[in-house]
Amino acid sequence: MRVSFEVNGHEVTADNVWPGESLLYVLRERLGLPGSKNACEQGECGSCTVYLDGVTVCSCLVAAGQAQGRAVRTVEGLAESGDLAERRLSPVQEAFVEAGAVQCGFCTPGLLVQTDDLIERTVGQGGGVPDEAEIREHLAGNLCRCTGYEKIIDAVRLAAERTAAQRDGGGPA
Amino acid sequence: MNPFDYRRAEDAAGAVATVAADPRAMFLGGGTNLVDHLKLGIVDPDLLVDVTRLLPDGVEPLPDGGVRIGAGMRNSDLAADPLIRRRYPVLSQALLSGASGQLRNAATTGGNLLQRTRCVYFQDVTMACNKRRPGSGCSAFGGYTRYHAILGASEHCIATHPSDMAVALSALDATVVVQGTDGERRVAMTELHRLPGDAPERDTVLRHGDLITAVELPDLPFAARSRYRKVRDRASYAFALVSVAAAVDLSDGVIREARIALGGVAHKPWRATRAEAELRGARPTEETLRAAAEAELAEARPVEGNEFKPTLARNTLVATLRDLVEEERTR
Ligand SMILES: Cc1cc2nc3c(=O)[nH]c(=O)nc-3n(C[C@H](O)[C@H](O)[C@H](O)COP(=O)(O)OP(=O)(O)OC[C@H]3O[C@@H](n4cnc5c(N)ncnc54)[C@H](O)[C@@H]3O)c2cc1C
Ligand code: FES
Ligand code: FES
Repeated sequence: MRVSFEVNGHEVTADNVWPGESLLYVLRERLGLPGSKNACEQGECGSCTVYLDGVTVCSCLVAAGQAQGRAVRTVEGLAESGDLAERRLSPVQEAFVEAGAVQCGFCTPGLLVQTDDLIERTVGQGGGVPDEAEIREHLAGNLCRCTGYEKIIDAVRLAAERTAAQRDGGGPA
Repeated sequence: MNPFDYRRAEDAAGAVATVAADPRAMFLGGGTNLVDHLKLGIVDPDLLVDVTRLLPDGVEPLPDGGVRIGAGMRNSDLAADPLIRRRYPVLSQALLSGASGQLRNAATTGGNLLQRTRCVYFQDVTMACNKRRPGSGCSAFGGYTRYHAILGASEHCIATHPSDMAVALSALDATVVVQGTDGERRVAMTELHRLPGDAPERDTVLRHGDLITAVELPDLPFAARSRYRKVRDRASYAFALVSVAAAVDLSDGVIREARIALGGVAHKPWRATRAEAELRGARPTEETLRAAAEAELAEARPVEGNEFKPTLARNTLVATLRDLVEEERTR
């Protein structure tokens, strides 16, 4: 089966896709986008989180055919320029690095996408910086077995605060 | 996983005809349960018919004052819908208490209703399970039964239905709209799922090829103050040990009507008709609420490993009713 969809703004086509493959598999094994991780492959850990038509989903539980004609954005699409040499980390990625929210890193791509979504839905819609309860609930589907989550919460807050400051006219933080 | 085909259906009648004609064909909604089951080897279809594009995916008001929810509507959209939040908060709360944001973004109303049990023995194809392989036995007895039934179970199966949304819909007296090969019919939400009896392989009364197209909620003014309370092993992202969906119509200090359903306790969302009968016409004292909960759980039969559940269910029911009564009083 042939599956065509948009990934990070580019039209892509994968041939000889087997209907039993997940979107995660197609991204990683056929399209050379290994950023999204395959940990549980059962919807439990969130490490495979990607945007599908603007909402975040577990790509391990999306059958390849379901992606046909739709728009996918992966962790690779968060950085600000498509040009590798000039690529700048997104504010969320920078905050994760600075706050020390990354240990083994396996959960990180999923957390980055889900955090990007949280900030877009709060600060990005003119709202305030999400409080800790809101952050924890939004990230409930992303498991991390290394950090104990505290630094992750710090990173999310930092990214949200910076995005809000930028929005409110303070310029890049 | 054995090979199968994937097809995106264009119209409901065509999808129904295709699946009805092929015993190994299945509908595909968001895929959050079915794709998992393909990987685990629990199902072995030869064709998946994706119905998400053809099903309605919004909430519309009905002329009789009720609302119609499209079966293709995503759980997150339904939970966030302003009409649902205002008129049926119990439904919104139930949805938000289930799964994770990512899963709710993909899961559909139809798929949520027909998700299958999370019994670990059902999910493990190396174990005996009457639901997965009729006649093979039930491994849950004497095993891990924390999430298993205490009401309406049988010697053949003690699995529970895991959906939070379905518990709220049962309390709200929803109607499920189904399209089959001989046209459309309507099934009461409380009749959709079955008790296991000696045929636990059948979760519902639907026939192969029946497509859920919508769910309708009746006009129920007092549901504007309804609640969902879910008890689980951690604060978020876990299935219910016990849950309660409830709405109470209180006026002049007397309960006129109550709508109550329990989750995590049976093979289907458990409509608490005995508790409702106890409450109707009564004053909402602590004793009445407790008596209602006692009446509902009088026939609870826990198994080894879930002895805690009748007490947990009773206390959760009383606490939910108490909160509702308190809210009504201070309104
Ligand atoms: C990690 C994890 C945690 C979860 N936690 C919870 C929880 O706490 N509470 C909870 O309630 N749920 C929970 N869920 C389950 C989740 O809610 C369901 O997987 C989801 O609602 C299923 O919807 P879907 O559209 O993805 O269904 P699918 O997986 O697409 O389909 C499920 C079944 O329904 C059939 N089907 C789908 N649509 C139709 C239709 N319109 N007509 C007829 N048949 C149809 C399919 O053939 C299949 O048999 C969890 C799931 C996961 C993976
Ligand atoms: S790999 Fe998809 S949720 Fe774990
Ligand atoms: S950093 Fe290792 S799993 Fe999160």
